[in-house]
Amino acid sequence: MSLTALTISAARAKLQAREISAVELTEAYLSAIDNANILNAYVAHTPDQARAMAKVSDEKLAKGEGGALEGIPLGIKDLFATKGIHTQACSHILDGFKPEYESTVTQNLWNAGAVMLGKLNMDEFAMGSSNETSYYGGVTNPWRRNNSNKALVPGGSSGGSATAVSAHLCAAATATDTGGSIRQPAAFTGTVGIKPTYGRVSRWGVVAFASSLDQAGPITRDVRDAAIMLRAMASVDLKDTTSVDMPVPDYEKAIGKSLKGLRVGIPKEYRADGLAVEINAVWDRGAQWLKEQGAEIVEISLPHTKYALPAYYIVAPAEASSNLARYDGVRYGLRVAGDDLIDMFENTRAKGFGPEVQRRVLIGTYVLSAGYYDAYYVKAQKVRTLIKRDFDEAWAKCDVVLTPATPSAAFAPGEITDPVQMYLNDIFTVTVNMAGLPGIAVPAGLSAEGLPLGLQLIGKPFDEETLFQTAAAIEAAAGTFTAKNWWS
Amino acid sequence: MSVDEKTVRRVARLARIKVANADLPRLADELNVILDFVEQLNEVNVENVEPLTSVVAVNMRLRADVVTDGHFPKAIMQNAAASEDDFFMVPKVVE
Repeated sequence: MSLTALTISAARAKLQAREISAVELTEAYLSAIDNANILNAYVAHTPDQARAMAKVSDEKLAKGEGGALEGIPLGIKDLFATKGIHTQACSHILDGFKPEYESTVTQNLWNAGAVMLGKLNMDEFAMGSSNETSYYGGVTNPWRRNNSNKALVPGGSSGGSATAVSAHLCAAATATDTGGSIRQPAAFTGTVGIKPTYGRVSRWGVVAFASSLDQAGPITRDVRDAAIMLRAMASVDLKDTTSVDMPVPDYEKAIGKSLKGLRVGIPKEYRADGLAVEINAVWDRGAQWLKEQGAEIVEISLPHTKYALPAYYIVAPAEASSNLARYDGVRYGLRVAGDDLIDMFENTRAKGFGPEVQRRVLIGTYVLSAGYYDAYYVKAQKVRTLIKRDFDEAWAKCDVVLTPATPSAAFAPGEITDPVQMYLNDIFTVTVNMAGLPGIAVPAGLSAEGLPLGLQLIGKPFDEETLFQTAAAIEAAAGTFTAKNWWS
Repeated sequence: MSVDEKTVRRVARLARIKVANADLPRLADELNVILDFVEQLNEVNVENVEPLTSVVAVNMRLRADVVTDGHFPKAIMQNAAASEDDFFMVPKVVE
């Protein structure tokens, strides 16, 4: 068995038993990455750091010391600030930016002993659902349709993270989720992705997109690895005022717990007209699996579901237009000369932002502009209260909610060109961000064309444990899925 | 509500993004598609509903009003496009 095929939990056992060394494991990943350039998952390689970190891990492991992720090689989404290393949110406007500081999440991972392999591709500023908006080009999904050589997208915005995990180019990856950017790519690549409760993971040092929605989490090969990663990433952080002061539990303990007595809600509004037969079938099968393991299935109603996506496309661009105001060519990144100061700002931002980012900044600026603020932004925030209230009422009837993760399997690059059509990819995931809840995507099977399909579980605030417990039950029934290697 | 080319030009100016005149019709169309999509919210009755300000009910933390970080001008200037003596350089703004 190849070393890169090991999950975190399997590698951890072998590292602690000194059956393998962190240096060997890291070298295996570095060579896998070199052989997978065609997937375009990484935008920066850091082999020197990786080797140095692995060496330190081996010294610790030899002494029987080391953290929860000692010697585990990880990929880091380009949105996380890493000191002295390429951090550009895959945007042209951050050309050459090397932060002088480390994000809290990555610092937590290094403190736990993890090894950094490099920075991962993503949609520019995390705005996209296919990784096609990256300044560094698209990412290719390791999965292809049966008997087809046609490339597919890995989803987005964490497309590099999902591809790298799925293709065994890292043991696990960091990712971020504003409207579905962890869960949708996880579903497209047969991997597990969890967006924790808003406030569980520090946003400090993570390039901001929409501050009231952004939350970091891991993409991993299985549910146990997601539990290990989230525990290491999460912390209470005084540098992030929205970081919530609650202890981080040992999520692994939730795995394998009986589902007896667990009430699983099925929201009837998610049975949207036109939902693909295959998606419906995988959803029903998921409910059946949980029932067979002792859970009770209950129908629930989330009546404002259909308004989540339109409200999101006011709130997210509005917050983005404010957050992205900082990119002006003065303090960091790209500068394009102009006749005067404003001309320089305008030239820099026209050249530095790609079309999707410009579109969202313009929409955001418009909905926040004089005379429209109440009609758009305030209205959307009121709708958000109603979405949250739907869930508050649902928790009286159920402990966890089961839905499809995406309305379809992975699609081809260029297949979706209409922005609103692209936004619809997040139809099942976006409500979770709007209500600040935790959500996990877990693989549930393959489509008739041989592509991964995922289910989503939504939990109560700070009840990630129930998500891990229930996702592990789905995984036990569905199994795990690995793409056939055609790229190296 | 829908936007015309004049509005797009005004919004682009507010957002400090230079837009060529030739691109205005296309951008107006794209923005209108998105604005049409969000129009659905008009169906929702939000009377007596408070806007969401926080997704989890928490009290904002307080801390002593003291300097906790700073004093590293070199690090702050490190990524500047142009600087001199720890100042950011920009095109002349005062004649």
